[in-house]
Amino acid sequence: MSLFEARVQAQAFDLAAEQARLSALGPEVGAIVSFTGQVRGEPLELEHYPGMAERELQALLDDARGRWPLLGAIIVHRHGRLEVGAPIVLVLAASSHRRAAFEAADFLMDWLKTRAPFWKKEAGGWVSARDSDEDAAARWR
Amino acid sequence: MTVRLLYFAWVRERIGLQSEALALPAPMPIAELLEQLKGRSAGHDLALADPSRLRFALNQLHVGRDAIVNPGDELAIFPPVTGG
Repeated sequence: MSLFEARVQAQAFDLAAEQARLSALGPEVGAIVSFTGQVRGEPLELEHYPGMAERELQALLDDARGRWPLLGAIIVHRHGRLEVGAPIVLVLAASSHRRAAFEAADFLMDWLKTRAPFWKKEAGGWVSARDSDEDAAARWR
Repeated sequence: MTVRLLYFAWVRERIGLQSEALALPAPMPIAELLEQLKGRSAGHDLALADPSRLRFALNQLHVGRDAIVNPGDELAIFPPVTGG
């Protein structure tokens, strides 16, 4: 069995529940890496491009499957108004061994930050894209 | 024959619209279409003044300014993404 799923939603996500879905994929699952991003500093509003956002996240999962022997991966990205400390994004990668799971989760976050159509707005205005994110994504090309 | 235009983040705010339709009689590169769009209003001109600050998706796929837009396409214009 395998499970590759990307979702965009306003509501919070449940890390334990998502991890359990990957854990239950079968006896060959030996490593599950998770990353949670949360709102830092000040509240923000997350705008997204419905349709393309889901499609782009799914494309990232497909790309990761071609690079590592993954048994499953899940991306959940939130939109709307989010308070400080609120979870924004969840990435999980499952494999038989840890290296593939670590690297795939790292890759998914790096590419998500430069490709997935989401935009953050704080009280002071729209957040600017950072060159360091582009550099991080370029490591995987 | 039209193109459906979608705007996000500060591009949307400056133009004052989430989406609009643009008549497109023939295929045209994005760069050329931007020049036409700029004349629509002061907000369009402000939002599209510096194309190097803009990113584009044609039918929901990332493309560069040299991509050709065809009648019936969906073209989204937005700043570099900042999710995650």
